[in-house]
Amino acid sequence: MILYSFRRLLYLIPLLLGVCLFIFIVFNVVATDPAVIMLGKNATAKQINEVREQMGLNRPWIVQYFDVVKSAFTMNFGRSWYTKQDITEMIMRGAGPSLSVTLPAFVFSTIFSLLVSLVVAYYRGGKIDLLVRSICVGLVSISSLAYILLFQYLLAFKWGLFEISGYEFGFPHFLPYIILPCIIWIILSLGPDIRYFRTIVLDELYQDYVRTARAKGLSEIKVMIKHVLRNALIPVITYVVIQIPFLILGALLLESFFSIPGLGGTVLTAVNNSDFPVIKAFTILSAIAYILFNLITDLLYAAVDPRVKLE
Amino acid sequence: MSINAPVNPPANHLSNQALASSNKDVSKVERNHSLWSLAFKKLIKDKVALSCILVIFGYVLVAILSKFGIIGANWAESVAASYAPPSGDLWLGADIFGRSVLVKTLMGTRVAVSVGLITVMVSVPLGIFFGAVSGYFGGFIDEIITWFYTTLASIPNIMLLISLTFVLGKGITSVYIALGITSWIGLCRMIRGEVMKHKTREYVQAATAIGASNYRKLFIHILPNVFHIVIIESSLLFQTAVKSEVILSFLGLGVQDLPSWGKMIDESKMELARGVWWQLAGATIAMFFLLLSLNLLGDALRDALDPKLKGKD
Repeated sequence: MILYSFRRLLYLIPLLLGVCLFIFIVFNVVATDPAVIMLGKNATAKQINEVREQMGLNRPWIVQYFDVVKSAFTMNFGRSWYTKQDITEMIMRGAGPSLSVTLPAFVFSTIFSLLVSLVVAYYRGGKIDLLVRSICVGLVSISSLAYILLFQYLLAFKWGLFEISGYEFGFPHFLPYIILPCIIWIILSLGPDIRYFRTIVLDELYQDYVRTARAKGLSEIKVMIKHVLRNALIPVITYVVIQIPFLILGALLLESFFSIPGLGGTVLTAVNNSDFPVIKAFTILSAIAYILFNLITDLLYAAVDPRVKLE
Repeated sequence: MSINAPVNPPANHLSNQALASSNKDVSKVERNHSLWSLAFKKLIKDKVALSCILVIFGYVLVAILSKFGIIGANWAESVAASYAPPSGDLWLGADIFGRSVLVKTLMGTRVAVSVGLITVMVSVPLGIFFGAVSGYFGGFIDEIITWFYTTLASIPNIMLLISLTFVLGKGITSVYIALGITSWIGLCRMIRGEVMKHKTREYVQAATAIGASNYRKLFIHILPNVFHIVIIESSLLFQTAVKSEVILSFLGLGVQDLPSWGKMIDESKMELARGVWWQLAGATIAMFFLLLSLNLLGDALRDALDPKLKGKD
């Protein structure tokens, strides 16, 4: 298992090189000249050339590619072009607010969806099943933007139930600001989660061990919780763990609507200001997080399911 | 399913006319029980699926009609006062310039449907080709392709979309390219897994025994057996593309010169505080019925086509 983890960690290197190559192609080759973006349309050729020289854009491409690679492996991304702040510091500061919104919402929606899907799968084909499935299909058919706009307008602006936007640092202070974003996040994830968990639970319900458990005379609740849920948890873990890195990245749209100073909002600001170093740093970091959590998923898989052998 | 594993009846190699014709009869009988005909029968009987197909067809029709200027050619004309509320002749009211929101919503269909269709048309061939080749040949080719899509998959989709549309320049073409580049990965993975499973099955061994080439085994024998994934996945791809286009247009990275649902939602961000809800309503309702139909159709297709679901209700 240790050998396996080590080998998987080594696989991080070609993947990271690939991600760097992608970033390099997108931002150093395809993108408009950053010097032109920084100086505006009225810059002279001489000015542009000076800035290009300063930013190291006149060097050969292979050198520029290794710059991207170096930043990925040393975690030193330099400073933002727009705010002039240190990017690593920006990320450290933004992670807290992002997690304060996404983590509680994520935990709640996952547990709730799992419970609902157990009930729904048990009564498959019945009225509850039909009702919940219709609600889920309805929920996923509405644009996430519509939820955000409507909830912010109705619940916060019109009825004044929640804060419209803003954020305060420190534990109890941020609570009033995160409730509405959390609710919206939960509603957005309920549809896909319940639909996915339901198929997983259904797959398990038709296995032979369920019939055996019933034949032994176990109560239906015991069959569902002790046997079906436990086995269903294996695919659920994969689905859940792989979402964690995206929680850190935060909810881009939610954060910008509710002015939460998290990472998602930072990314959007960076895009709006053509802040290439910040976008690059985020892409690299989220790729690393994704690869690491993929590895964790595989290890967990082997830990909960004795049939899985890691080679 | 019938006893012989390949879903499509094998090509008729017999030269003898009589034998050939009798063989045709056999294959006709077989065909009645094939996965596809069973699925088709199931779909036709399913009233929900049938109405979903009709709704989607309606959206496509609106998109085509507006493409040729039959609907909404004069969408930019002002027909009422600024922010005129919905009324008898103006069902969804007017926007800030007094343009009819209903016409704008209809025009938005054109962008949504074209983004959905083009994404499917670009990513399905890519997904099939890379998935089939890497699953079938394995080895070095597989490693390269796996590396390639894992690299793309490890970048969060929204970041990928935003940075691609951002560097390619704002506009609908960038949205097409960005969605095309990002959407084939899921399909490729699934096809790869299925092809790997099918590669060792007996019918493929039989094909090897009669001297079928790799190309023939892969594209004539294996692919028809995994093609149901493509159909199911397409309805998912379509709706993801529509949703992504709305978000990109909302961020100002998408379509510029035509009305789109994302742009309408973006405009309504400012309008809601004045109580102007009709742009948001128009775009949301139009999106809702398209996505709902695609979702329900996707489920119905899965029920009808996925052999794993057979016998389960």
